[in-house]
Amino acid sequence: MCGVAGIYHKNKENIVNQQTLKNMVRLLHHRGPDEEGYWIKDNVGLGHARLSIIDLSSGQQPIHNEDKTIWVVFNGEIFNYVELRHELIAQGHSFYTKSDTEVIVHLYEQYGRDFVRYLNGQFAICLWDDRKKELILVRDRVGIVPLYYTEQNKDVIFGSEIKAIIAALDTSPVLNPNSLDQLMTFWSPISPNTLFKDIYEVSPGNMIIFSGKKEVIQYWDWSFSNKDSYLQGTDEELAGTLHDLLIDATKIRLRSDVPVGAYLSGGLDSSVLVSLIHHYSENSLRTFSISFEDKGLDESDYQKEMIEHLSTQHSQIFCKNSDVGAGFLDTIWHTESTILRTAPVPMNILSGLVQKQNYKVVLTGEGSDEVLGGYDIFKETKIRQFWARNKNSQIRPILLKRLYPYLDISKKQGLVYLQNFFGAGLDAPEQNIFSHLPRWQTTAKCKDFFSNDLKSHLSDNAVDLINNTFPEQFSEWESFNKAQYIESKSLMSGYLLCSQGDRMLMKNSVEGRFPFLDHRVIEFANKLDPRVKMKVLNEKYLLKKAMQQYLPKNIVKRYKQPYRAPDIAAFYSGNTPEYVEDMISNAKIADYGYFDPKRVERLIAKIKKGRAIAYKDNMAFVGILSTQLWHLHFIENFNKNFSFNTQLSASIN
Amino acid sequence: MSLEEQIRGYVLENYLFTDDQSALNSADSFLEKGILDSTGILEVIYFIEDEFNVKVEDDEMIPENLDSVNQIVAYIGKKQGS
Repeated sequence: MCGVAGIYHKNKENIVNQQTLKNMVRLLHHRGPDEEGYWIKDNVGLGHARLSIIDLSSGQQPIHNEDKTIWVVFNGEIFNYVELRHELIAQGHSFYTKSDTEVIVHLYEQYGRDFVRYLNGQFAICLWDDRKKELILVRDRVGIVPLYYTEQNKDVIFGSEIKAIIAALDTSPVLNPNSLDQLMTFWSPISPNTLFKDIYEVSPGNMIIFSGKKEVIQYWDWSFSNKDSYLQGTDEELAGTLHDLLIDATKIRLRSDVPVGAYLSGGLDSSVLVSLIHHYSENSLRTFSISFEDKGLDESDYQKEMIEHLSTQHSQIFCKNSDVGAGFLDTIWHTESTILRTAPVPMNILSGLVQKQNYKVVLTGEGSDEVLGGYDIFKETKIRQFWARNKNSQIRPILLKRLYPYLDISKKQGLVYLQNFFGAGLDAPEQNIFSHLPRWQTTAKCKDFFSNDLKSHLSDNAVDLINNTFPEQFSEWESFNKAQYIESKSLMSGYLLCSQGDRMLMKNSVEGRFPFLDHRVIEFANKLDPRVKMKVLNEKYLLKKAMQQYLPKNIVKRYKQPYRAPDIAAFYSGNTPEYVEDMISNAKIADYGYFDPKRVERLIAKIKKGRAIAYKDNMAFVGILSTQLWHLHFIENFNKNFSFNTQLSASIN
Repeated sequence: MSLEEQIRGYVLENYLFTDDQSALNSADSFLEKGILDSTGILEVIYFIEDEFNVKVEDDEMIPENLDSVNQIVAYIGKKQGS
């Protein structure tokens, strides 16, 4: 991966300031520490911070076509570039590098805006067509690689991270209150919103063309088959197709001129990937994992089993609760967003380990749960649907206990609380958002801490808004598929791939690659009957069937453990970091103005008494602290951070 | 401070994070108003046991005893009287 940045002044007389572009790129130094590259022509400038992975010697960006009328900066990987290159050469194009980036300019020459449909990869592409005087920004189908932009005073400013954009702005950024309201419901703002007012992401699967006007094209979206058009075949046949697709998706993701490693959590998904690398590639097996002080979060035993099973060369790093507390401050500089869990911090520690071992690329199992039906929320949806058919049943909701055994406090009590929590929306099981209502209602409790001032700036109901974002055919899909759509488009792209994914990898200049998010795998899985993805309550049934031959039985049969990190415990189980005391002090809460100081004070008092064990208290605390830190980094201290980071990158170069 | 005020104060402070008395009626159902979830109820039980020297038995952990300020007051009264 790399970092991209650029400026397009729609007013032709307005020449791009080279220093501004350099400042933008230097803030992205962590994404691409190997080289910087620039191209400026009058009112357009493209900048690039390079992490060299393919064509180390001649792949410097920006890259142009034969007559230098098309220029591109690109962050990501085109995994099918080998095949595309052959085809384009046969069609008469000449290449001056061996990089995957150059494929983009020739594909664009060949197919125009449709070029993106030919790409299998993860990418943020910024392309300038000097003949048409058009700027094209494109992002990959599911949102693996970030890309942001703002339009202000006839200028378009864009970059891989928002900090690069802020560096080019004349005014300080401000919070978009509605985005925070959405984030504290769905875990991320509704795309294309970001936490920053007037700064947007290029939504996954979208292309935006800026010329005189702005045109948005959605070239891809998650789309599911209807009940009467699911793929036909026996379970064995379907598992066979999935098996072959995953092998190819993994193999093309091992294409690289530097060695590729893999994350190994001990769960099914990463074990599948590591097994496929072992069986179907020449790559030596290099794996990385994290272990936790809190035994409830630790998966070391399963990791050990896979390491022994495949004899991988493995590195593990141990994460103490206090490491999470200490790393949280810097993490928010990279997430550029409020987060409701500390889970990104250990991912940052893990990519730090990868970097120390001189690896730049890792394969990782994200996306499998969304694509192949692994999450508890999908099971929950199935059970609640079943229960909704007979709302008064005392027996049907008991199935929920299989999902959440820890909620079983005592027989009768446990059931009543389960019924109350999961009973939300039971009157309308056909409604679009049925699957996610219980989770959203719990998350929204964070908003009880909003200050009156912030509340007065809220204009829209978050749930109404998300309801309007679904595609036309959405209502025809089965609930399971609706849940997959919502999960993939909100939590996965907005949080997992972003705050917990790209940002934590790139902070340490490590590129993640995601075979389960190969669009061919997704498109195949989306045509399946949900009952094959999850057989009764057996999650990822087809994946297990396709891959069990490579895995120890324990890994296939194990209870799925969601990845978690210590939340409140990271800050209050030993010495509380000084910055935390400062950020959640009455004075700072009042000063920044987003939250009600008195309510926050009571939450902190409860935490200090050791009584804040509820899930929603943990979310509220992490959400409040991260929002405060977001303000500190990007509003109060941005100029300080800016000079520190640009000087740092200048001294390294 | 009466028992009712004590319990109301606790719930207001620890679950609604406010001292605004109008935020909670003593008859309000914690479940219906979304004030407590299943982990929240554990905290309430700790509170009752610590503050009122009452041991809450497994079969007493039911909404009829614990789902509103009034119900908790009645429950504690019954336990202390027994």
